[in-house]
Amino acid sequence: MSIDLNQFHAVFFEESQEHIDTMEQLLMALDLEEPDPEDLNSIFRAAHSIKGGSGIFGFTALGKITHVMENLLDQLRNGERHPDTALVDHFLTVLDCLRRILDQYRGGEDIDWDEVEEQVKALEAILNDGKSTPRTSATASSSAEPDANADNDAFGFFDAPEEEPAETADSSGSGDSENWGLFEPEPQAEPSGAEAPDTEAAFGFFEDPASATEPQPAKTASAASAAARPDRSKAKAATPESATIRVGVDKVDSLINLVGELVITQSMLKVLGEDPDNLDTLKMSTVLAELERNTREIQESVMSIRMIPVSFVFNRFPRVVRDLASKMEKQVELVLEGTQTELDKGLIEKLVDPLTHLVRNSIDHGIESPERRREAGKPEKGTIILGASQRGGSIIISISDDGAGLNRGRIMAKARENGLPVSDDMPDAEVWDLIFQPGFSTAEQVTDVSGRGVGMDVVRRNIQQLGGRIEISSQASVGSTFTIQLPLTLAIVDGMGVAVGGQTFIIPLVSIIESMQPPRANLKRLAGSDLLHVREEYWPLLRLAEVMETQARSSDPAEAIVVLIETSKRRYGLVVDELVGQQQVVIKSLEQHYKRVPGAAGATIMGDGSVALILDVESLADIVRDPIVEEEIV
Amino acid sequence: MGKHVLIVDDSASIRQMVEHTLKTGGYQVTVACDGQEALDLCQKQHYDCVLTDQNMPRMDGLTLIKNLRGMASYGRTPILVLTTEASDDMKAKGRSAGATGWMVKPFNPENLLQVAAKVMP
Amino acid sequence: MSDSQRSAESDESQVTRTDVREYLTFSLGEEHYAIDIMAVKEIRGYEAVTRIANAPDFIKGVINLRGDIVPIVDLRIKFNVGTASYDEFTIVIVIQIHDRMVGIVVDGVSDVISLSREERRPPPEFGVAFDSRFLVGLAKVQDHMVILVNIEALISSQELGLVDAVTQEAGNGDS
Repeated sequence: MSIDLNQFHAVFFEESQEHIDTMEQLLMALDLEEPDPEDLNSIFRAAHSIKGGSGIFGFTALGKITHVMENLLDQLRNGERHPDTALVDHFLTVLDCLRRILDQYRGGEDIDWDEVEEQVKALEAILNDGKSTPRTSATASSSAEPDANADNDAFGFFDAPEEEPAETADSSGSGDSENWGLFEPEPQAEPSGAEAPDTEAAFGFFEDPASATEPQPAKTASAASAAARPDRSKAKAATPESATIRVGVDKVDSLINLVGELVITQSMLKVLGEDPDNLDTLKMSTVLAELERNTREIQESVMSIRMIPVSFVFNRFPRVVRDLASKMEKQVELVLEGTQTELDKGLIEKLVDPLTHLVRNSIDHGIESPERRREAGKPEKGTIILGASQRGGSIIISISDDGAGLNRGRIMAKARENGLPVSDDMPDAEVWDLIFQPGFSTAEQVTDVSGRGVGMDVVRRNIQQLGGRIEISSQASVGSTFTIQLPLTLAIVDGMGVAVGGQTFIIPLVSIIESMQPPRANLKRLAGSDLLHVREEYWPLLRLAEVMETQARSSDPAEAIVVLIETSKRRYGLVVDELVGQQQVVIKSLEQHYKRVPGAAGATIMGDGSVALILDVESLADIVRDPIVEEEIV
Repeated sequence: MGKHVLIVDDSASIRQMVEHTLKTGGYQVTVACDGQEALDLCQKQHYDCVLTDQNMPRMDGLTLIKNLRGMASYGRTPILVLTTEASDDMKAKGRSAGATGWMVKPFNPENLLQVAAKVMP
Repeated sequence: MSDSQRSAESDESQVTRTDVREYLTFSLGEEHYAIDIMAVKEIRGYEAVTRIANAPDFIKGVINLRGDIVPIVDLRIKFNVGTASYDEFTIVIVIQIHDRMVGIVVDGVSDVISLSREERRPPPEFGVAFDSRFLVGLAKVQDHMVILVNIEALISSQELGLVDAVTQEAGNGDS
């Protein structure tokens, strides 16, 4: 019988990735003065788990490193060694290496065995450093022993070889137990004694443990090629990149409940359908309403499965900030807020690059050097706040720093240099917007931190591709805030269908304040633009027919419907022919086969199979003409 | 119906591998992610064998075994410890906790089935 | 064989006995064209499209193709040949290149033909509606000439504007 272990590789990779992330987070947060024993235990356990799995699945390189790591961590959790910054730093570089190896295994690439050996040696050096290891505790000695062995033997670390001869002799007696063993009956009677097990005949090992575990090659040199080759083919078959998602059992349970309800509804419909001549229409409409509710709830439930907390991306930043700050010789504290805010998995993965760029940017260009901060009367340590929150149907992610703020003068100069049309009386917001132009970098010197060819233009484009937008607010010597607004999910939106010129469009419900047939008395026309006075405000009107190059039923807004829209920028009224009705729509990409359409956030498929565009009310706000200063009218 | 085995391990990949192997070998399998979950399961129903990892969050394997041996229904049930090291120390602890035996990780599927056949004849 | 190999006609190094390729021929006005059959996903009748504002007139709009939103391009308008009328006989060829799909409207679909390497001659430099950049060869089929089109190059060209041009979008700062 043979069991194909490849099928478990994807899960192993994923959980190892999580273990590495966990170790990193815990190490970064570790209180060096008084480390929390539970934290140390968790770090140890994570290394231990990776080691255990890599042994079984034959990922020897991971096993070798985590094994030595585990020994070192064991010393930490047993209080035999005290953690310090240097040790934490070293562990962090080891974790980076583990990530690389994991990727190599995942991608079926060759393992960099030189690096593996290097890491193992470096860890062993620390392990043996100044510790003459005359250990008293049995646990420590047993876990340290195999390590000495690992130097000359590629496979020795999963067993304690010192015990082997004795055990082997014993096992030959019982004859049948090899890499496992049974305790004698009456175990309770036997007091726990260190020497007792050795005398037990029921204990046993395989003579050569390595031969029993097939993916454990022998000599280091040949191990490199031997282990890498089969792994490559395995990984190819097993891992479509991060195509899996981990879901809480509660979410699955609720989905199962909902499906159960659906089954009941279906059987009710079946009964009703069996006797079409005596159709109970009242019953029928009740059941149909039930079906609608079932469908909606299942849809919501399925969508929630894709939602994961932003902490998945935020948690990488303490490390990024720590590394960068020390490289830039700046002092930076990173504060994470709203890490439990949930966001679509697809969005989260695509946020990594833009956020990394913005955080780098804040450290590089925002936060000043400690000297300069002191001179400016600020604390030497700068603060960056990375926050997430949900606002209506949007997720707001912001990166704020208490640094120097954007330099208006320098941006203007750079813009002129690049031949961009600028004027001295441009409002700040427009000036800040200039940094999103391609080829725009105002860093006094191109550093290897920010100056690596990715500009803010790419950041903005990435975010736009997610259906989001980014805005800047900044104040000299107070700091800057970059605010990213994203749709909650990529997939579904509550919308209002509106018709104009015979075409249907969808307006996201979250942006709609109300819809009305405007009383003629409240309509004003000023400088060629229409205004509607309602809710004690003048609302500029935008004719959707004009934007969409179609023919409105009537050119008179009083005979049309006005949908009052609120966006992050402004409020306005959208003039349409009529309302079609409210419905949930599934967002389809226009860019998959076509490209971005101005004014559209995407498209959807209506009940009759036709395509309707979903309006991007935020970008429509940009073309609303603001003809007025309020007092001109009043 | 095959014997019913409870697998306790915090690593999903190992859990799945052991589960798959034992199911292929004709056993009925239930899994738990840590000692506490396993203990809760054991209080609700009886398993013919328990395979447990040692190092787990919430409740470790040895504590689980001690608890199980304190229950009348698990006095004689085979309980194996899955461990990465078969040191004297580990064995002493396993024995005093009341484990039936141990099995060293890494093991391969064939290995596992042999051991299972041995403890559940 | 990758998609690009299939449709990149000019790759002369691929001279093997399998070098006979199948093409779908269609007509545009008086001229006959052929595209690699591997790029053709399906042929369907013209159906109502959803118009896209601010798009050139040869982009008729988008349709729902089994859940995908696919643009429809009328090559008759683009190349100013034939008559752009739409009735139950109007034909749409759905092209798939890598992950992208696009429907093209032509005057008529004629046939599937096989051409060996010898039968494929260099393309004409001028005198046809298509820009010579998109032409990869010429072949004589029965009594008329068929122009071989590199449909991948055409679909992804700036000229059709079916794909976001990075520079265009980024440089557009006049809003």
